[in-house]
Amino acid sequence: MLKDKDRIFQNLYNDLGSDLISSQKRGDWIKTKELTDKGRDWIINEIKESQLRGRGGAGFPTGLKWSFAPKEVGSRPHYLVINGDESEPGTCKDRDILRFEPHKLIEGCLLASYAVQAHVCYIYIRGEYFVDGQKLQAAIDEAYEKKLIGKNAAGTGWDLDIYIHYGAGAYICGEETALLESIEGKKGQPRLKPPFPALIGLYGCPTIINNVETIAVVPTILRRSGKWFASLGRDKNTGTKIFCISGNVNNPCNVEEEMNIPLKELIEVHAGGVIGGWDNLQAVIPGGSSMPLIPKEKCETLTMDFDSLVAEKSGLGTAGVVVINKDQDIIKCMARIARFYKHESCGQCTPCREGSGWMWRMLERMAKGEASKEEVDMLGDVTKQIEGHTICAFGEGSSWPVQGLLRHFKNEIKRRNKFDPIIKENKNIPYLVDQHLLDKNA
Amino acid sequence: MSLKRPAKNQPENFEFNSSSLEAANDIISRYPKGKQQSAVMSLLYIAQRQNNNWIPLAAMKYIAKFLDMPYIKVYEVATFYSMYNLSPVGKYFIQVCTTTPCMIRGANKLVEACKEKISENESELSDDKSCSWTEVECLGACVNAPMMQINDDYYEDLDKEKTLDILDKILKDEMPKPGSYRGRVNNEPENNRKTLLELKNA
Repeated sequence: MLKDKDRIFQNLYNDLGSDLISSQKRGDWIKTKELTDKGRDWIINEIKESQLRGRGGAGFPTGLKWSFAPKEVGSRPHYLVINGDESEPGTCKDRDILRFEPHKLIEGCLLASYAVQAHVCYIYIRGEYFVDGQKLQAAIDEAYEKKLIGKNAAGTGWDLDIYIHYGAGAYICGEETALLESIEGKKGQPRLKPPFPALIGLYGCPTIINNVETIAVVPTILRRSGKWFASLGRDKNTGTKIFCISGNVNNPCNVEEEMNIPLKELIEVHAGGVIGGWDNLQAVIPGGSSMPLIPKEKCETLTMDFDSLVAEKSGLGTAGVVVINKDQDIIKCMARIARFYKHESCGQCTPCREGSGWMWRMLERMAKGEASKEEVDMLGDVTKQIEGHTICAFGEGSSWPVQGLLRHFKNEIKRRNKFDPIIKENKNIPYLVDQHLLDKNA
Repeated sequence: MSLKRPAKNQPENFEFNSSSLEAANDIISRYPKGKQQSAVMSLLYIAQRQNNNWIPLAAMKYIAKFLDMPYIKVYEVATFYSMYNLSPVGKYFIQVCTTTPCMIRGANKLVEACKEKISENESELSDDKSCSWTEVECLGACVNAPMMQINDDYYEDLDKEKTLDILDKILKDEMPKPGSYRGRVNNEPENNRKTLLELKNA
């Protein structure tokens, strides 16, 4: 287990208070100027050396992303945008940073803004987190008052303004270009890439977008050195990570742990074990709902980091671990996730807009045992038609969980679905009605 | 995609009151000159707050003029995002998360409680018109499942009985205390904490 002194988020459970003075006692805002005095290249190199990878799900190396920002500021200003639109089912880590460690985030904003030469930083927070956003706003006001941000922020000679922008309940705005559209006051529909936001982003200006957790760990990395961060975890999967363990466990919780921690340790030690014992475990979704589930057999030895989960055809994503035990109907669980994606599809690309509803309708029937055997393969086919055929990664996000279900629980679906289609049995199932028109929300 | 339709009965006029106006101008000042369209989301929230938790079409037209942008663009935004209520929802708007992490911990019991206390169907006002409920997608408090949101506040670690108690209070026009209803502190593992022990009760 990670030693307490190596935990970055000392106030994860709010034992110490989130105000400025308590945060300074934990080491925030101490000699920030000394860090910026070492220069932009030093900051970016230190982050590169730490091998920090983005905590928002994709795991892109942060130092590399920062180095994409133009070296000289041209006619267009640079922007830093923080993605706090945490909406992935199973994930609730950014909320704790916003409400309990706001000063880590604000100081991280200053250091990152300095490194990418941005004078304005927007923090995009999902609308539902209004109360937590207000806590961050209070911390921002406090920082302005103490001259830690604003003109000549914290004595570094760098001017920085930080503003909060609230979302309004659209999961898709967690996608970076949709988030930019949303800040510009439009529908959150993703843009085509390239051009990448690092060159043409917010208002057409160079923009660096990072997750809340990524930015919040930056000050600690710079203080304790990239080498220290890289010494935790394993090569290319370094440092610590907040894991959110939810679902059928005895003590669901958030906990900061080292990368590459065994999944079994997370569940058994920190979350108090699976309800009904380890043998009652059915499957685990390792990284938020868009990552394929992992059946029990593999959970025994699985370690939690980006690369080892990719090797299992899943992913670390946001590290939202959802534990599903044998008391649950796994098809129903996945049907509910499919409904989530059907609801949240932005409607821009046809394969995703139509396919996400199609998958949901099929899975709902499969959970009831009202599908034919051929449809199981057809469902797999639909996921393949969505994946890779959309502007953003939402297409993958919606089809991967279904693929994961088919990969590991195909036999169960086939066992429960022996329904003969309409021709032989005259059962009244509205195959031909487009069911989203019957949606009760309509 | 989710489908949203504006209410049938619409008020004729809408205008920001003085405090809304002040808030709106403050929001606009956060964005670069000429990019005032960025403020549209916040202004819709302000209108929603002022107008008893829902946004009439007149407010969208007013905001379009206010920000010097086409009405259809405001309409697009208001119908795209799910948190803008386009029809009356009552003074207390209850949103029950039923996505998988909440579902497997019994979110359907919360829905049952809402059906018993408030209204048979979702998005339907209670008898006294003071509140309504709806099922929503993940609210991002998965380790505190099952949970629901009433206006801005989160009510966590619920079960059916606790939900019924909360709804009783709401119907009596009292705002119950937000947070965990199993008495746990934030997101720590209940009675099973293995980390940051020295800081506990520090």
